[in-house]
Amino acid sequence: MITDSKLAKQIIAKRIAQELRDGQLVNLGIGLPTLVTNYIPKGIHVTFQSENGMVGMGAAPAQGEENEDVTNAGGQYTTILPGGAYFDSAMSFILIRGGHVDMTVLGALEVDQEGNLANWIVPGKMVPGMGGAMDLVVGAKKVIIAMQHTAKGIPKILKKCTLPLTAKAQVNLIVTELGVMEVTGKGLVLTEIHKDTTVEEVKSLTQADLIISENLKIMDV
Amino acid sequence: MNKVVSLDKVRPLLKDGMSIMIGGFLACGTPEKMIDLLVETNVKNLTIIANDTSYVDRGIGKLVVNGQVKKVIASHIGTNAETGRLMTEGKMEVELVPQGTLIERIRAAGAGLGGVLTPTGVGTMVEEGKQKLTIEGNEYLLELPIKADLALVYASVVDEIGNAVYFGTTRNFNTIMATAAEVVIVEADKIVKTGELNPNNIVIPSVLVDYIIEGAN
Repeated sequence: MITDSKLAKQIIAKRIAQELRDGQLVNLGIGLPTLVTNYIPKGIHVTFQSENGMVGMGAAPAQGEENEDVTNAGGQYTTILPGGAYFDSAMSFILIRGGHVDMTVLGALEVDQEGNLANWIVPGKMVPGMGGAMDLVVGAKKVIIAMQHTAKGIPKILKKCTLPLTAKAQVNLIVTELGVMEVTGKGLVLTEIHKDTTVEEVKSLTQADLIISENLKIMDV
Repeated sequence: MNKVVSLDKVRPLLKDGMSIMIGGFLACGTPEKMIDLLVETNVKNLTIIANDTSYVDRGIGKLVVNGQVKKVIASHIGTNAETGRLMTEGKMEVELVPQGTLIERIRAAGAGLGGVLTPTGVGTMVEEGKQKLTIEGNEYLLELPIKADLALVYASVVDEIGNAVYFGTTRNFNTIMATAAEVVIVEADKIVKTGELNPNNIVIPSVLVDYIIEGAN
C-alpha cells in the first residue's frame, strides 16, 4: 500500500512517461497528467497540444515573463516552443477528433473493465462540464487514465461505471501507483504491479475482475 | 469605409432576450470592454453561447454574477461557482456541450450546414434526445447548428474595415463565432489603417465584421 499521495502521483507520472514514443502528438489533462512532462525519457521528443489552440506548448513562464495572450487549457500562462503553432478551436478539435493526437492522458472519477470512463460529472454535487474531455477520449489514438488506485480506499476501477460516462469503451490503459492495467477484448489485464504491493492487495482494492498477466512485471519506476 | 465606432453607437444594439456568442477561453481572448458595456446596460434574459463562463470577476463571468443570463450554452462552467449555484437553484438554464461539438455546431451555422455528425458523446448523457446515425458501421450523433443574434469577438489587431489578426491563444472561439451571428462586433486591442495588415496573415476577413470597438488594452 502506498499512502503518500505525492509519491503515488510521481509513480504514476513516471510510469506513463515510459509510454511516450518519439514524434508523438500528446494532450495531457489538467492536474496529475501534466506531471508526466517531468519524466520524459532521454532521446524522446514529443509535441504537446493545448486544446485552447496550440501545438508545441512549452513549460510555464518564469515569473515576470508571462504573456497574457498565451495560456493553456487550464487558463494558466504558458509558453510556446520553436516550431509551435497557434490556431482556433475548430482546428484544435480537428486535431483531436480527427485522430491526429497520438495519446491523451486524463484523470478519472471511475473507470471500468470495459474501458468506459466517467470523469465529468457527479450529478447534484459537481457539475463542471466536460470541456474537451469527451472529444479527446473519443478521438485520441491511445487513451491513458492516470489516477490514484482508490478514492481514500474506495475502489475507482469497477466492473461497471456508476457515474454518467465521458465515453464508452475508449480507455486503453490505466496507470495507478499500484499497477498498470490494460483494457483488452478478454477483460482488464494487470500487466505490472509496484514493488511495494502484492497481487492480492491490488485485487482487494479493485472492484473490476482482474486478469493477471502471465508475464506480470514489476513497474520500472 | 470605416467600421470603427464608439460604445454609444453599439449600445442600442444590446437588447433584452438576445442570444449572444462571446469569444474567449477562460478569459483569454475575451472582448472585456463589450462585456462591461453589457453589464452597464443591464439587458436581461440573455442566452450566452461561449466556451466557458470564465471566473466571477472576469469576462463572461461578470454577466452571470450580474443576473443577466437566462441560459448558457458552454462546454465548461467549473471555474465560476456562481454559474453552478444559479443552475442548481433553477435560476439559470445550462446546456453543457462537448467543446469540439460546440465549435462545430457554431461552425455549421456559419457555414450554412444543416448540422454535423460526431462520434463524441455516443453512449453518454449527451446523446439524449438526439438523432443517432450509423455510417459505415460507426455511430454518430446529429448535432444541430447554433447561431446567435450577436457575436462579440476579440481580435489582437484589426484594420478599419474589420480584417483581424491574432496573437497567441486568443483565437479560440472568436474566429468561428464571427461567422455565425446576425451582427458581429469586433473588439480589438489595436486598430490600424486599412492596407497596413499583410493579407497573408488575416484570420477573419473584414466582410464578416459589422462594427469595430477599440479594446481596453
